[in-house]
Amino acid sequence: MSKVHGALAEFANPAELYHACEKVRDAGYNDWDSHSPFPIHGIEKAMGFAWSRVPWFALVFGLTGAAGGFALQVWISTVASPLVISGKPLLSWPAYVPVTFELGIICTAIGTLGGMCLLNRLPAFYHWLFHSKRFESATDDGFFISIESTDSKWDSAGTSAFLESLGASHVELVEG
Amino acid sequence: MTTKVYTEADQLRGDVHVRAPLVLGGLDFNGVTEKIAAVIEKPDKRWFAALAFSLALLSIYGVCIVIVVWEGIGVWGNRAPVYWGWPIVNFVFWIGIGHAGTLISAILFLFRQKWRTGINRSAEAMTLFAVVCALSFPTIHVGRIWLLYWFAPLPNQMDVWPNFRSPLLWDFFAVSVYGSVSALFWFTGCVPDFATMRDRADTQLKRIAYGAVALGWRGSNRHWHNYEVAYLILAGISTPLVLSVHSIVSFDFATSQLPGWHTTIFPPYFVAGAIFSGFGMVMTLLIPSRKIFDLEEIITIRHMENMCKIILLTGTMVGYAYGMEFFIAWYGQNPYESFAFVNRAFGPYAWAYWIMISCNVFIPQVFWIKKFRTTPWIMFIISIFVNIGMWFERFVIIVTSLTADFLPSSWGYFSPTIIDVGCFVGSFGLFGTLYCLFVRFVPQVSITEVKVVMEQADPHWEGYHLAEEGH
Repeated sequence: MSKVHGALAEFANPAELYHACEKVRDAGYNDWDSHSPFPIHGIEKAMGFAWSRVPWFALVFGLTGAAGGFALQVWISTVASPLVISGKPLLSWPAYVPVTFELGIICTAIGTLGGMCLLNRLPAFYHWLFHSKRFESATDDGFFISIESTDSKWDSAGTSAFLESLGASHVELVEG
Repeated sequence: MTTKVYTEADQLRGDVHVRAPLVLGGLDFNGVTEKIAAVIEKPDKRWFAALAFSLALLSIYGVCIVIVVWEGIGVWGNRAPVYWGWPIVNFVFWIGIGHAGTLISAILFLFRQKWRTGINRSAEAMTLFAVVCALSFPTIHVGRIWLLYWFAPLPNQMDVWPNFRSPLLWDFFAVSVYGSVSALFWFTGCVPDFATMRDRADTQLKRIAYGAVALGWRGSNRHWHNYEVAYLILAGISTPLVLSVHSIVSFDFATSQLPGWHTTIFPPYFVAGAIFSGFGMVMTLLIPSRKIFDLEEIITIRHMENMCKIILLTGTMVGYAYGMEFFIAWYGQNPYESFAFVNRAFGPYAWAYWIMISCNVFIPQVFWIKKFRTTPWIMFIISIFVNIGMWFERFVIIVTSLTADFLPSSWGYFSPTIIDVGCFVGSFGLFGTLYCLFVRFVPQVSITEVKVVMEQADPHWEGYHLAEEGH
């Protein structure tokens, strides 16, 4: 038996999508999203969500990587393999700067991407929106708003009518 | 709501009051997707020819590598006093080329240079492949490649650890981190485009293959927000990274005592040269590519002209560094140092020195003239000269300093062997093969980012307001 997962409304261009998002936000929906082939400038305001938490991942991973890299070199040069090289002190820390820097960078990059994937719940190879044939244009030239049936304000007919009233060129209930 | 259809002639007219658009021919969002995806979906015959040629060169490299590993590195021309011969020249050459991609994707991103969107994908791919070529040289140069893991700080039964005071080890970290971060950055940029290819797929195999690498991307604006922040952070960390890599490569030379290497100008001078050579290689690849794959409306003449300007700038900076090296050699009053530089310009390798100066400093000066900056075949020829000049720069730096150091009794003259030549020529096969495969399977221009710089992408674009008022 197929189940209605939610409603999908298509809009003509970024401007219409932007204004429709403001109205969905003001109508008080929570489980909804907008979809576009590219990021739309300022849409986070129109959709009313908070600033990304990705930078925290970057900061924590970056500092951990740099500190870990520095500690590794100190431990190797003073404890694991205390070898005097060209008369330098064992803890010749200025020489450790390049590797500390590089390890800080690689960990920041991994943390940033890992954090982005985690916050976005990706990879996610199944999503109910993929049942819609029309949704394939979301990665080409289609602009969509989707409202999930889990939303507290959801009601099949009412939500569809609401989306149509926003100027959507096409509204469908996605089943699968 | 109609938009003006811009053409190449509009761009060349150079109206100072109107910023030339970055997408020509009146393409809309779908038009951009179709144009870029067509490269993958309708393979061109010339592509097969390019791949066959690259594979032929790659097989030469394969044979040479087998010989080097089997016989030992004595098959190269590396003899006393030059133990760093062509392999290191080639390493520095390739790693330098690998700088343009991340410069374009990171530094130009932070400076909000919107024209980067037409060229960043292919430049980043080129970077990755150049880093692969670069890494192959020190890998085979160590001789016993099965002991390469000694570079890594791993516990082992000999109780021997890497020496973290050595620039060669810094280099190992710098290049491998650069390669990894560039790959991550490039892949992040590709994800939305893989999703586009997934949604256009006409066979189940393509849908699964592109679907797997697209990570289930569905264009959600909640996702786009985190994605854009992540991209910005990656650009932010890649900027010091790209500047650090060639600086650290230059430490290999600068921290030694050898006249001609032991100079503080090396890091900035190497970085400028790396950007110069990288843009040279980007132009060498893109000028035929935009023609063959019909991408002239997306990689426009304005993009090419901007790259010419960067080549002119960095070529002149490199020229300044050459001059400054001579000045310091004279001003420093160190007899070994001044001899090293006089010997470069007028000694046994004067021919190489003057090829370097001509290709890097004199020839790019023609880009002062707009005609030369906007004629593709002229740019192509000059970009080849840039590539040649930058290879000779590394040859001059490495070989002239090593052949004539402090003791005249240990001086020598370096000559390459056929295996040296085979390895160098063959490495272009590796590069070309990887680039051909990239062009065939990955959108070679960022479909997403090109759309972002179109004026219709802005929800507050005046065209939309005019349409509303027209009701």
